[in-house]
Amino acid sequence: MSAEGISEFDLVIAGVGGQGTILASDIIGKAAVKENISIRAAETHGMAQRGGSVVNHIRIGCELGSMIPRKGADVLLALEPSEALRYMEYLSEDGVIIVNTAPILPVTVTSGLCSYPDVDEIISIMKGNREVKAFNASELAKKAGHPQSMNVVMVGALSNYLPISAENLLECVRELVPPKTIDINVKAFEVGRDAIEQ
Amino acid sequence: MSTREYMLGNVAIARGIVEGGGQVISGYPGTPSSEIIGELAGMKERDFYVEWSVNEKVALEVAAGAAMTGVRSVVTMKHVGLNVAADPLLTLAYTGVEGSMVIIVADDPSCHSSQNEQDTRRYSQFSLIPCLDPCTPQEAKDMMPYAFELSNKLQMPVIFRSTTRISHGKSDIKLGSVEKTRPAADFRKDLERWVMVPKHARVQHGHLLELQKNILEELENSPWNELELNNDPKTGVIASGIASVYAKEALIREGVNASFLKIGTFPVPENKIRILLENSERIIIFEEMEPVVEEQVRIIAQEMGSGVEIIGKRDGPVPREFELNTDVCRDVLAEVLGLERPVVPDEVTEDFDYNACRLELPMRPPVMCPGCSHRASFHVMKKVYGKDAIFPSDIGCYTLGIQSGTVDTTLCMGGSITVASGMYQAGEKKPICCSIGDSTFFHTGMNGLLNAIYNKADITVTIVDNRTTAMTGHQPNPGMGKLATGEDTVEVSLEELCRGMGAEFVETVDPYDLEKTEEVFKRAKDYKGTSVVITKQLCVIDAKRSGIRRDPFTIDAEKCTGCKICVNLGCPAIEFNTEIKKASINMMCTGCGVCALLCKFDAISEVKK
Repeated sequence: MSAEGISEFDLVIAGVGGQGTILASDIIGKAAVKENISIRAAETHGMAQRGGSVVNHIRIGCELGSMIPRKGADVLLALEPSEALRYMEYLSEDGVIIVNTAPILPVTVTSGLCSYPDVDEIISIMKGNREVKAFNASELAKKAGHPQSMNVVMVGALSNYLPISAENLLECVRELVPPKTIDINVKAFEVGRDAIEQ
Repeated sequence: MSTREYMLGNVAIARGIVEGGGQVISGYPGTPSSEIIGELAGMKERDFYVEWSVNEKVALEVAAGAAMTGVRSVVTMKHVGLNVAADPLLTLAYTGVEGSMVIIVADDPSCHSSQNEQDTRRYSQFSLIPCLDPCTPQEAKDMMPYAFELSNKLQMPVIFRSTTRISHGKSDIKLGSVEKTRPAADFRKDLERWVMVPKHARVQHGHLLELQKNILEELENSPWNELELNNDPKTGVIASGIASVYAKEALIREGVNASFLKIGTFPVPENKIRILLENSERIIIFEEMEPVVEEQVRIIAQEMGSGVEIIGKRDGPVPREFELNTDVCRDVLAEVLGLERPVVPDEVTEDFDYNACRLELPMRPPVMCPGCSHRASFHVMKKVYGKDAIFPSDIGCYTLGIQSGTVDTTLCMGGSITVASGMYQAGEKKPICCSIGDSTFFHTGMNGLLNAIYNKADITVTIVDNRTTAMTGHQPNPGMGKLATGEDTVEVSLEELCRGMGAEFVETVDPYDLEKTEEVFKRAKDYKGTSVVITKQLCVIDAKRSGIRRDPFTIDAEKCTGCKICVNLGCPAIEFNTEIKKASINMMCTGCGVCALLCKFDAISEVKK
């Protein structure tokens, strides 16, 4: 868990290069600054972006380093199911997992070298004693108007847990997405937020 | 402009250059340093000069020349780039500069995107040039104006060392005011200072050594070194650069009260170290990679005759490889102080034990993009030269060809043609075909080609020309006719350049045209001497950005025999269903059409829209 005197909220975003993990973390980072909360983030750039596994660390209300310790994250936001499992070690014992159930097959699988595990099995393993919010964000993104808006659907879902107001997050969505896609992304945020609202 | 903004570390460093009044900024792209110049070159309003140079040596000399005239200059590069620029660096320490000059070098501990883990602070010791080592993106920005001032005061360059987690970290950044003065360029002739013939160099070396005392005094009292003494004198912690934030968090989490010395400069603040030694029974030193601080602490302790226990990398638990983080620091504290720590797996990423969660996860390595022309070049190269041929390669996206069996060596930038030549000259009888990208060729590859031609190396040099510096984020290079700022410039012809260096076999081919490419490679292989094949096709990411839309392809399941010839290309857009033993093409297809040319059963065709 995020700890007193260190960080208010620790978040790990996992996904695949090209899914828009950086935009997702930028929305949160910018919104935190709007609310005058200090923020630290670490991103995967360079070599790892070419369809590889990517992970971003985001620490809200933190003045120290950007790297979240093992078992330190309050929420693991996974844009792809196998990537959720890959970075599980960062999640605290009582953390929450928000996961998109639509897999992206790595080239090791498409070429028949490895097999991709059953998504239901991934989710049942993660459940253990943790809260898992699993839904098909890619499908919701399509309904919102474009499959590429899946990252914003996920930020919408996450907004139920962040110590940042949904209004500010939504404003940052508007500021950060390409102007032509604002309506789609606002819709995407809203359907994501509704998808797991308690 | 609001006074606080959410920024990438490299953008914060660029902002620091602006705030410090930087006037001439040069560099060569390299992860994790590239966005500094990218940010500056992309600014709409600019009152400084910024360029992508062809390599780091060139870039450092451009910045040095500028600083000799009295202006403020900056050069940026990744850690290994400083090896390329080491020649001017070590003598620039003798001449010094007239204005101010900051050498920004971004280290990459853990090799996220690099071929080694070298520590730039060693270059500071080696060259006797001072080095700043920020602990956060905010401090990195704040250090830039100071670096200019320090350089101007000392009349010598200053090294500014970033690391991946500074450069590619993000943070809220408090902005500062912008320096408005602009010293005018006015080079003053002074042979004893600027002309390093032996007579002058001997004198300047003495000056450089004398200057060390001033450097030490300046840095000792700079705001980047902070000592907090604790009442309980048992444990002192010293942490350098980014390790200081990890160490701080580890101390809080473990509930350890310790005196704390945060170090942000090299040479290290000797007085503060002495005070800490006098006030501690044991000292734990956290720094990423080399034990630079630790060695200095041991020297100072010995001079003082201090019996303080010094714990670091020498015999101790602090690792000398990979990045540090809070967990590593906690483990060290626990081991040294005898605290209890739950046993946790060592690594979360690649080596994470998937079996522990009873489910095997597929590996997800970075790969060349769907439709990347390098894939086509490599396919034909392998077909023509054969599996037994030797394929030395270089540094760029094409290094990902490691999965297609056409990358046998990767040493350093430009190290493909030269390694190929050496193998040939050693008497290697197997065919040798090396590959190098356009930007890497301009960087240091061309010297190697000149050498190969001059010394009659019978090898094939393939320049995989995707018209950009793709891996580091699509920076322009001399072959593109564009400057860093987007302005038009002369477009250097690779073909004419190679011919100018004496190459007689130079052929340019579109790698998507497999038949023609195969024919050209066959002739190149038969040619006695150094043959050059330029496989030219725009990077698929640039193609998409420039509005080129190709229709995707599809596989007719009726015709597909499951032979896997298309699958073996390794394109992420081609999938294979092991149950029905058929290939299919997914949404990621960019329409290069290479798989369709390979299919022997005419099963792959374009989807006409």
